[in-house]
Amino acid sequence: MSTATVRTFLAYLEDKPGVLNRVTSLFRRRAFNIESLTVGRTERPDVSRMTLVVRADDDAARRLEAHLWKLVNVIEVDEVSHAPAIVRELALVKVRAPENTRAAVMQLCEVFRARVVDVTPDALSIEITGAPDKVDGLLEMLRAYGVVEMVRTGSVAMRRGLEGVEVISVRPGAAPVAA
Amino acid sequence: MSEESATRTGAQIVWDVLAREGVEVVFGYPGGAIMPVYDAMVAPDQKVRHVLVRHEQGAAHMADGYARASGKVGVALATSGPGATNLVTGIATAMLDSSPIVCITGQVSSPLLGSDAFQETDITGVTIPITKHNYLVTRACDIGPTLREAFEVARSGRPGPVLVDITKDAQQASAPFTWDAWTPRTRNVPARSSHLADPEDAMTRAVAMIDAAERPLILAGQGVVHSRATEALIAFAEKTGIPVASTLLGLGGFPASHPLALGMMGMHGEAWVNAAIQRADLLIAIGMRFDDRVTGNLRTYAVHAKKIHVEIDPAEINKNVKVDVPLLMDARTATTELATRAAPRLRPVWLDSIHDAKREASPRDIQRQPAGGKLRAAHVMSDLCALAASDAIVVTDVGQHQMWEAQYWKHESPRTLVTSGGLGTMGFALPAAIGARFAHPEREIWVIAGDGGFQMTACELSTIAQEKLKLNVAIINNGFLGMVRQWQELFYGRRYAATPIKSPDFVKLAEAHDLHGIRVSRREDIPRAVAEARRTSGTVVFDFRVEAEECVYPMVPAGADLQDMIRRPAPQEPRAEALQFEMEE
Repeated sequence: MSTATVRTFLAYLEDKPGVLNRVTSLFRRRAFNIESLTVGRTERPDVSRMTLVVRADDDAARRLEAHLWKLVNVIEVDEVSHAPAIVRELALVKVRAPENTRAAVMQLCEVFRARVVDVTPDALSIEITGAPDKVDGLLEMLRAYGVVEMVRTGSVAMRRGLEGVEVISVRPGAAPVAA
Repeated sequence: MSEESATRTGAQIVWDVLAREGVEVVFGYPGGAIMPVYDAMVAPDQKVRHVLVRHEQGAAHMADGYARASGKVGVALATSGPGATNLVTGIATAMLDSSPIVCITGQVSSPLLGSDAFQETDITGVTIPITKHNYLVTRACDIGPTLREAFEVARSGRPGPVLVDITKDAQQASAPFTWDAWTPRTRNVPARSSHLADPEDAMTRAVAMIDAAERPLILAGQGVVHSRATEALIAFAEKTGIPVASTLLGLGGFPASHPLALGMMGMHGEAWVNAAIQRADLLIAIGMRFDDRVTGNLRTYAVHAKKIHVEIDPAEINKNVKVDVPLLMDARTATTELATRAAPRLRPVWLDSIHDAKREASPRDIQRQPAGGKLRAAHVMSDLCALAASDAIVVTDVGQHQMWEAQYWKHESPRTLVTSGGLGTMGFALPAAIGARFAHPEREIWVIAGDGGFQMTACELSTIAQEKLKLNVAIINNGFLGMVRQWQELFYGRRYAATPIKSPDFVKLAEAHDLHGIRVSRREDIPRAVAEARRTSGTVVFDFRVEAEECVYPMVPAGADLQDMIRRPAPQEPRAEALQFEMEE
């Protein structure tokens, strides 16, 4: 049995009420360990797209994929863990930055290509977009200055290029039932 | 067709769709939020029969029993709130045994949704984990396409229950009836999961493993029944000389009298079957899911065997038992292909060794032991099997009687045993048998239930009386919740906590329902009682007063190694003993 590693799945869902509830109910019921889950709109108005990051071994990953396929509202499932893919996450960080440390914090932001989006006399609000480890890196550096609050979106992912991409926008509205 | 463009109310559309789906009978109970549908039921052109149940749990079990006996989709109908929640046990029962039913529930009007209105329950929320899929319908125009899709989802792939919750205002509003436009999206897409090896390659490897095996064993599950694979399975087993063991729900999928039929596996499986599983070098699991009641301790389960898993649901692969070759297809397709490609072979050494184990076990068989003036449940089962029609359908409840039935009633054809396996739902038998009656109006039907489980849904006796149905209801009455008592005897120091149970006089209970009751206390009275039941036009309730404290043997304690069976003491041995099979390696 393989060891548990972080896996990234994309799932295309019919954009209907309660679909997210069905997906999360599945994870709860089957005791899958979710690292992050994001859902958003796609190029097609009736299809939403979920990026799911879980910690799982090979067997569990295959079962998770199979369970997702069984949901009637799931149109397509794609695992991109080992594929060339763009993975991005957004974080907002509010950090203490009185005058004596402000310049240092802003310099860090520049190194990480983060943006300062709000300034008050004693704090900076920073927006960073990037791969999860880049976000981790900035947060680690900012901790010394005093992080007041922080929020992360969880990852969204997309395959690079056209190879292996499921072109949902040209498929009919059919949600295949796997078994 | 003229009706194709006619405008109908949502309630009328419900009945129209049911009729067009070929539904013969609906089991239900009216109430406020489903009243428009009930009102539309009495229209002169409405042909679907309705059976008024006494509790909605019964409606779900009846739909389930109908589905299991017929292979078609069963339908239950209930109102919102308590009507819907009462279905839950029946839906969960159907879910765990992959039984195709469609449950239609009324819901409060859409403007009231979410307001905690009278009899409002979020039944789609409640049933997400116990349905294959469910729907909330708030517009009349969505009723037709949703119901058609619900039937398709229920019966396609691995079957299962589907719930359709329809708001009262959707039932009352009108929409055009456009059957063809409502054709469900294609759902016969093959099972998808990226771990599927090339199916052709998997089949080739499976055939090579079968040809090379010295001690192979087929484990036949309910998938054989669902996919009508019996003939293909017989051909496969006969050509390859491989013996067939069955799961509880697989019984009947392979004829019990066939020379290669071994009987049931698992916790109360036959000793020689479990021993054969532990000694096998290849298991060919067909349409079964390695339930814990089948495997016992997974770490020691069939460790010498390679495993081929024929399964239509990819989520079952490597769930409990790691398999070498998954064949993701229906049981009939796979078995037919295997029968064609595997080499013809005889396996006399392997079969002889199994038959030796069977011979060794026979002195312990309770059927070899005298009644001694007592009425023993296992003898009742054996005698009823001998006396019943050969194509009789048996519907069992859950507990000791269920296991004795599985051991001693010899099922020769599929869908002759209807039983709650996965969920183990007490109270299942009586309502499920009512459903089976509508699936097969002419066949002989036997309900086998314990005194405990029978009382859980005994209210359905009035349904039987009202519908004038003929069933044989055998209550195996031992004054205990027998299986729990058995566990208390074996594992809880004989502390019989809450297992002694007092029952009503079942003969009088039958008579109170205008049904016939017969009490049987001696084995020699069984044939006469059955003959009396045959002469009776209506349902007969048998009160079999059996021995109070008997145990079902053999028994693999929960979580124990499959070969560590507690066995019935042989006549010359005074005590139960665990039998360790020696491995050949």
